Parts: sequence; structure tokens; C-alpha cells
Amino acid sequence: MVATKDMPLKEYVLKGNAACAGCQDMVALRHAHKALEGNVIQVVPACCTSVVQGLWPKSGLGIPVLNTAFPAAAATASGVRAALAAKGKDDTTVMVWAGDGGTFDIGIQALSGAFERRTDFLYVCYNNQVYSNTGTQRSGGTPLHAKTTTTWLGKKEPEKLLDFIVAMHEPVYQATANTAYPRDLYDKFLKAKEIRGPKFIHIFLPCPQAWNYPVEKGVELGKLAVETGYWIQWERVGTEFTLGRQSKRFQDPEKRKPIEEFLKMQGRFSHLFRPERQDAKIQELQDYVQYRWDLLMKTLA
Amino acid sequence: MKTELMSANYAAARAVMSARVEVVPAYPITPATTIPEQIALLNETGQWPGQFIRVESEHSAMFACIGASSTGARTFTATSSNGLLLMDEGLHWATAARLPIVLANINRSISPSWNIHVTHDDSMSKATSGWIQFYVSSVDEFYHTIIQAFKLAEDERVLMPVMVNADGFVLSHTLSTYDYLEPEEVDKFLPPYKPPHWVMDPENPVSHGNIVFPEHYQEFRYAMHEGTHNAMKVYEEVEREYKKLFGKYFGGPIDCYKCDDAEVVFTSQGSVAAEAKDAIDELREEGYKVGNARMRMIRPFPVDRIRELGSRVKGFASLDRSVSYGYGGPVANDIRATMYNTKHRPIIKSYIGGLGGRDMTVPDIKEVILDTVKAVETGETGPEETWHDLR
Repeated sequence: MVATKDMPLKEYVLKGNAACAGCQDMVALRHAHKALEGNVIQVVPACCTSVVQGLWPKSGLGIPVLNTAFPAAAATASGVRAALAAKGKDDTTVMVWAGDGGTFDIGIQALSGAFERRTDFLYVCYNNQVYSNTGTQRSGGTPLHAKTTTTWLGKKEPEKLLDFIVAMHEPVYQATANTAYPRDLYDKFLKAKEIRGPKFIHIFLPCPQAWNYPVEKGVELGKLAVETGYWIQWERVGTEFTLGRQSKRFQDPEKRKPIEEFLKMQGRFSHLFRPERQDAKIQELQDYVQYRWDLLMKTLA
Repeated sequence: MKTELMSANYAAARAVMSARVEVVPAYPITPATTIPEQIALLNETGQWPGQFIRVESEHSAMFACIGASSTGARTFTATSSNGLLLMDEGLHWATAARLPIVLANINRSISPSWNIHVTHDDSMSKATSGWIQFYVSSVDEFYHTIIQAFKLAEDERVLMPVMVNADGFVLSHTLSTYDYLEPEEVDKFLPPYKPPHWVMDPENPVSHGNIVFPEHYQEFRYAMHEGTHNAMKVYEEVEREYKKLFGKYFGGPIDCYKCDDAEVVFTSQGSVAAEAKDAIDELREEGYKVGNARMRMIRPFPVDRIRELGSRVKGFASLDRSVSYGYGGPVANDIRATMYNTKHRPIIKSYIGGLGGRDMTVPDIKEVILDTVKAVETGETGPEETWHDLR
């Protein structure tokens, strides 16, 4: 893994962007762009990044940014890639930077199409599990029992298993990442930029606004997600699967922290503990952890 | 210049080659389908060296156009009807992003009910979007207008996308001779596209489309309006140059036939406008002073030309193959609005007909014109709109 001192000093996420305090998106963008080192065209559909990137006529990002419509990120990126190919500029990375709404829900058709066409681009879904930008409504990425502004009493369905949907499109490179492990995230972008074809990086990204936790606890929460086994760090080059070193020991259920520790830190799950403890619901979320591990290890590993 | 026998759709594919288009994203829909089919063949056989993207929807087609044009590539797509409607978000995105995309729309009825024949409702519903709009009457005009459209769209004073409309089946699938140009010939007219405003380039990073507050948003919209508005003047120059280089001229924004001494002028868009010349000839023989004003460009609206005509005629018989549901035909309404702020008061009658591909033959057109002639004679303006051949 890269040593912090070996990461490029140049910053592509500039001062004066409009992100909320504690925004983990900025952590993800900062390290992704240090790895890509500016030779990138970034396509951004409607999402938090389309707001926090800065207000016209200024820009909070020192790279070319093409804003596009909510359902259209992967299609727009297809066009960018085709134009670069027409002009013989093949070394530039075309990257989509989309939230979970723009990926799991409204953007999934364009994503599927672009992957089926084997488009040479990197699709990044930074997943804060909710439509944060519009005021925290539920998305297809919102977990079971989470409160949102369209599921006031808790979501009744678990999240869509996006990684598996993407995997069935057979990307050349696929990885999960987590802003609590920025060096690992950096390495994954470094690797992705060297591989030609459709690539996907799914970033776990706590959101203090929507999840309702103290702004300084983002990294702690990200680590807890891994330590409880809720979020699994892995990567796949073609069909070659590697369990991430942060997640390796948590393959053993005995070594995992109880999901409760992850849930208790977040206001969106507070109804599971107050006024009365909802043991059955907590257990459902606990069981879902193992279910996802099993599914991952049986199908993609 | 060479001549061949071809449908309008195949001629459009040839125009892509002639204009050295770099990127074509497209999705199949009848009756536009044979355009992407032919482009795919030209691409796979190495005759057209561009990038063809077989997208999974029209929404993605337009956004792939947006991505490509934003990265500085000359970009084209083709669609029809429901496909154009699915593109809607992208159509508005393209105008606001000031991208000189050219779109061939093969006019087809909107569903339900399913009907693959011509109605202009698809493109007319986009008249307020900022897209410059042409309607053509022949295969030859379709081919050359597409090439002209790139020159117009890419002009720094315009920088707006252009939609070239042709009637489904009547033009799209009907063979006709037309004259085409080799790319080397078109090079004299159409230089490579170099975005004068902004482009996605890692060497010179810019952000496009970030948040703009109310303090400035309106000014961006004004600039769009100005771009589309300027297209009228710029198109005059484009046509002049095209005529000089290739000897082709299609009559400006309004192609007039026997209008000089006409008392009643028939206006229409698309293939009916060609048919109308025969109706005019017959009516002239019968002693009526009538003329044909073929509306080639409806956005920007040719206000000056209509006012000039309106100052001389006693009546407009304005046929729309489309409806502004609840009030008149869209182009007839624009003619009415255009004449209001003048001292001239010709009778302006709105006719709706030929929907869903129903034939508008010479006798049909004569009937429409004679209805207006009668209104002029009696001074009775009649209903706000008249549905021709309503069963």
C-alpha cells in the first residue's frame, strides 16, 4: 500500500468548495485525483458533488468537470470516450463520479448499457445510501430500517445488491473502497487507471447530514462498518478476487463487532434503540451481514 | 458532386460521411432506423471512420452526443417521435450547454395509438427548447440541409443545436435522386469543429454546468435566446456560401413560390409543401391569385419574412400537420402572433390535417386554400382552427 508520504502533493480538490463539514466525498475525491494526477475528464450527474464542486464562475476541482443529468452519467461518459477516441487521445481516464441515487436507481440503465458496450471508463459510485443532496430521501442503496425523509419510520426493504449487478456485466476491474482507508482507496484508483475497459469502484461514504452522527466521526464510522462486517473491502481484476486486507479477519463472524455498535452511532437507526429496543430488527440487520458475506464469497470470490 | 438514387435516410447517413462527423450515438426507432443502420454499415466497412455508439436508449443517445460534443467532436444523431420525447431532458441540456449537435428527426406520430406515419407533433413540441428547426421537402434538401446545419450550429454567433426534420416514410423511405458531395468537397465549406467557447480537456481544465445563482442564470438564458435568434442572419450567409460553392439553394427560411402577386398564401412544413406547388399551379390556371410559402425554418421564426408577406397578402391558409391541443396549429399560431404587431390584418386561418400519415393530396390542399379565398371574399374569419378531412 502506498505510504502517505509517497502520494503526490498536488491537490485537485481545491479550497473553497461548498461541501458540508465532515463530508467524506471530499476525502474520496481528494485521494482519487491524487492517483489520477489530472489526466482525467470527470462526468458528474446530479448528486452532492454537483453542488459541492463550487459555484460558477469558480470551481472547487482542478480537473475538467462535465456536469450532466441525473440518469445520464454513463451515457455522457460514453460520448466523452468516443470523442477522445475520434481525436486519438486515448490516455485520458474518463471517470463518472455518481452518488447512489444516480447509480442504483435513475442511472442504472445507462450504466448497464455502457458496461455492455465495454466502454473504456471508470464508473465510481460514492454511496452514502441516501438522496442526501435533495434532503435525505430513501434510495435503492438505503439499508433496511434506516430512517429517511421518505421512510420516516424506517425503510422496509434492504438495499439493492449493486455490486452483484455490476459484476454480472463482467467489468475488467471492480473494487469496493471506504473513505476510512484513503491509502487503499488511492491504490485502487492507481490500479484502475492502468486497465482499459469498463471499471467500477464502489465507495462506502458516511454522510453526517443523512446518517445523523457528529461530523468528526466519519472515519470511525467507516471503520466500524468494516469491523462489523457490514461493509466488505474487496477487489476483482477480471474474475480474480481478492478480499481486502481490512476485511480479511472479519470473514470470521467471531471476530466481528456486533452490528449494534455501527447502528448506535447513527441517528437514522435511533428508533431501533429508543424509546424501546427493537431486538428483532437489530437481529435482522445482524443476520443480513452474514447473508452478504456468504453471497459474496460464494459468487464472486 | 455526383448523383444517386436513395431514400432520405440513406442520404442522411451519406451526409454524416460528407460532413466528417466524428461521433454518432443512435438508438433504433421506426422510421429513423435506417439512418443508424446505414451509418453502422459505413462504419464497419471503413467508409466512415467516426465513432458509432450503439446506445441503449434515446435518452442515452442524446447524452452521449452531449458528452462527445463537450469533448470537441462533431456529433450527429437521428430519431423519431417517442424517441425524440425520451431525449427531452438532453435536448434542453444541449441548448443550455450550447452544443452544436445536429439531429435528424424523422417526423412520426406520437403514441398512443401506435402509428409510425408522419405527424409533426414530435418536433413541434420542442419549439420552445432553443433547437433551431428546419423542415425539408426532398431527399436532396435533407442531405444538404444536414451539412449546412453543422456550419450554422458551429458558428460562434449561434452555438446552438439544429434539428432537421423530414416526414416519416414520405421522405425517409422513398427513393429519389439527389446530389451528394465527397468529404474533400465539403471541406471547402465546413472546416473541422473547434469549440470557441469551452471544451473538456485535461490540459486546460474547466468545469461546465456548475451551480449558477439567480444573479446570473437569466443572462445565460438570454445568451441562448440570442444564439437561436442569430441563426436567421447566419443561415443567410451559410446559404449564400453554399450556393456559391455547390450551386444548391433551397429558398431561405421560407421558400416562396408564386407569392409575388398572391392574395392568398398557403403555408406548410415538410413534404406537403412540395405537393402544394402543383395545387398552386392548378389554382392559378383556374384564375386564383395564390402562392405557396414553404416554411423551411420555424425556429428561429422568420418574423421579417412573414411580415413582409403579410403586408402584401389578404390571407394566409396555414396548414399544420400538428396541433397545439386546445388552440390551433403551432405554426399558424406563430404567424398570427407575428402579424399582430403590424398595421396589416390579413386573415390568418389555421388548418390541421394530414395527421398520422393521412394523405394531403393536391385536391386536399386546393380545398384548404379555397376555404381561405372564400374567407377573404366574405370577410368571415370562421373558426379558430379548421380540421381538414375530419371524419
